Amino acid sequence: MRYGETGFNLEIDLSRGNIERVETDPRLTELHLGGLGTNAKILWDRVPPETEPFSPDNLLIFGTGLLVGTPAPGANRTIVSTFSPQTLLMAYSMMGGFWAPELKYAGYDKVIIRGKSPNLVYLWINNDKVEIRDASHLQGKGAGETAELIRQELKEPKAQVAAIGLAGENRVYMASIEQGRSSASRQGIGAVMGDKGIKAIAVRGTKDVNIARPAEFIELCNEVMKYIQVRSEKPVPGVMPILAGLGSPAEMALFDEEWHTQNFMWGNARERRRDFWNKEIEEKWKETQKSVRTRLISCYNCPMKCGATISVPGISTYMMKCFSKLTYTMAAFSDLDFGFRIAQRATEYGVDGFSTPQVMAFGLELYEAGILTDQDMAGMPSDNEGRFYWLLDKIVRREGIGDVLANGVYWAARQIGKGAEAYDHNTIKKHEQLPLKLGMLNPVYFLMYSTGEKINITQIEGQFPQAPFPTKEEREDFVKDWIQVPDEKFKQYLLDWELRGENSNPYYPTVEMSCEIVDWQETMHYVDDALGMCAGLSSFPLKPPYHIHNYPTLISSGTGIDMDEAGLWQIAKRNRTLLRAINVRRGLRRADEKPPEDHWKKRFPELEAKLLDEYYKLKGWDNQGIPTKESLHELGMDYVSEDLEQRGIIKNEQG
Amino acid sequence: MSKVKKKIKTIKIDVDKCNGCRACEVICSAFHANPKYSSNNPERSRIRMIREPLKDVYLPVYAGEYAPAECMGRDKYVIDGKEYDECGLCKASCPSRTLFKEPDSGLPLKCDMCEDDPPQEKPLCVQWCINDALIYEEREEEVEEEEEKGKLEDVEIGLESMVDKYGLQKVIDTVARMSQKG
Repeated sequence: MRYGETGFNLEIDLSRGNIERVETDPRLTELHLGGLGTNAKILWDRVPPETEPFSPDNLLIFGTGLLVGTPAPGANRTIVSTFSPQTLLMAYSMMGGFWAPELKYAGYDKVIIRGKSPNLVYLWINNDKVEIRDASHLQGKGAGETAELIRQELKEPKAQVAAIGLAGENRVYMASIEQGRSSASRQGIGAVMGDKGIKAIAVRGTKDVNIARPAEFIELCNEVMKYIQVRSEKPVPGVMPILAGLGSPAEMALFDEEWHTQNFMWGNARERRRDFWNKEIEEKWKETQKSVRTRLISCYNCPMKCGATISVPGISTYMMKCFSKLTYTMAAFSDLDFGFRIAQRATEYGVDGFSTPQVMAFGLELYEAGILTDQDMAGMPSDNEGRFYWLLDKIVRREGIGDVLANGVYWAARQIGKGAEAYDHNTIKKHEQLPLKLGMLNPVYFLMYSTGEKINITQIEGQFPQAPFPTKEEREDFVKDWIQVPDEKFKQYLLDWELRGENSNPYYPTVEMSCEIVDWQETMHYVDDALGMCAGLSSFPLKPPYHIHNYPTLISSGTGIDMDEAGLWQIAKRNRTLLRAINVRRGLRRADEKPPEDHWKKRFPELEAKLLDEYYKLKGWDNQGIPTKESLHELGMDYVSEDLEQRGIIKNEQG
Repeated sequence: MSKVKKKIKTIKIDVDKCNGCRACEVICSAFHANPKYSSNNPERSRIRMIREPLKDVYLPVYAGEYAPAECMGRDKYVIDGKEYDECGLCKASCPSRTLFKEPDSGLPLKCDMCEDDPPQEKPLCVQWCINDALIYEEREEEVEEEEEKGKLEDVEIGLESMVDKYGLQKVIDTVARMSQKG
């Protein structure tokens, strides 16, 4: 019997209309756990590096994490992996919600999609019965609308549906896959789904997920539940409200937006408004939020309330989570009411709430600068908010200038030319980033921004405070119950970290410490992404319920796989290295590993080079960021080094 | 007839506090697995969330009595402008729906307040609902002493539903055949 996982994947070939249920190799679970780890293994094995994202040979994998469907609170994530039209590298966007556990109960760990359907279709997975069904009547429908229509036509209100909107159908590079209150938004995976001709995947399952050592496993789950309760009553003092508690930032619950509105940049990641927040705005925005927010909601088997049902009078109800509340508002220099309104349309179209507003603000900046002309913008309304709606419609329909902007800031800037490249100032590896522009280089963040395979800081960071606490007392207080540290030395790093003076950024934490801190943060994310655990209960917040000390027993009692801390660390390293190898094989090199020029005002080229050198060394990579033969051997991945050698990547560049 | 004290167990359901996470279904199905917690499957749960997120319908319903036949009417409720689907508020395990039946055998499920062995202090669904949408309450009431009416044991309830489904003779034959094999 298989525990935690079902032991079966669904292989769907859309070109041939073929469906197969394939048993998986349990050895791969021991090596990679599941979720992102085994997704990466499949992509390495089956998608050669010359494969274009919009090729029928590209795979689109919906993978559940190893613990999804078990009673472990928060284990509910779907990890969608493919090759991104935006970055041309491996994309792994993830979503919470209710879809992944339903797939497990239907009896599958992953849905692996290859080929292309000539007509728009959707998949209906109902336990052992799997169908490819016509979706021509759903063409152009919103993502949420599609889910409702499918549930109705299947007469299965309990089916969980992941769907794309118009943006995905039109292969817009920032198209998302939406699933009720959750979405897999980054890196254009919705465009790949649209390219394959799948409008949606509906799932219903009524089978069991088995646990290897039940008594031990449930005791740990009970402890986690209790810890969540205790931790929720004890917010971390001295940090901004959204970082004080658990969960993904509780944007739907909180009203205080002083920190975001005054520290994040407005427009095209351009302007900081240090005096924006005041009593009047606070009252007004609070009123707006309260009037549209029907209920605070969660994902499957999680007590947090990171999302909300939003009902703006006159427009369809939708569900929102996290920061999309402010991305449109701030890109347009508008207010919260506008943010909630346009986000409804954007969610139905199925677009990434991070990239899309930036792309629109970028377009308007080019227009102000005279690079885009009245001819390019023919028909655009004159009012500010109206322009954003207009641009959104143009982008998702790929009409006129929208067809260019639909490729994201990086590609659009190069297509437009005439100096537009200079306005692409907030991308890393061709992908839009959080709109943050800061003063002093932070060495830990420098490394995460530069090297993160996720190319999205919020899903790389966590665990270690973002900034030093001003006083010694606060630091001592913080480390008192900091049980999550993998090693006591991290407490000392924090105790000695100061706002000013010798022990402050950029030279403290030192290069060595910075590498170790990043290694820890990353490791926890890679563990979560393989287990399907929400980062909001684990790798993202300070002092989370899951950590390196309780995970090994949770995994071994849940799945029957022998596990200790060193073993788990090794698996995370293996998965991290495999992702790196996949991207290296597609051309990623050191030169690509840099934050935007203006991310920090104060930059330190020598220090930055040293940080990269040491980080690569710690990871077992050469100074180009290519995994070495030795480190691949140590991780049991000689097949990777053989391939990289054959392609001349290891030999030429490491020799 | 003399009066006796009887413990009344109640679960107060505060729908306004529900975040829709279905942890109640998860822990219920895990607790009632055999051996305990050895598997998990919300379809086996004796509490089910009737959810329609876009209509803001969140309704935890507990499995009640087994009903061999559909009832005469399927009521629709509208409360605070929200329409609850027909059968939405009903606890019965009945032929008109798949709810509250073991997915493989079709046998009826019923909430037992986790009075299983060992008895739990509070039902597990309440323990796992840390948002307090489910609150356990106990009180004592004086009631007329009743003669112990033939209380149907679990096996009998199960058999009764099998008899309803397949007919008495078929069940007798099957049991006879199984006991010969045994």
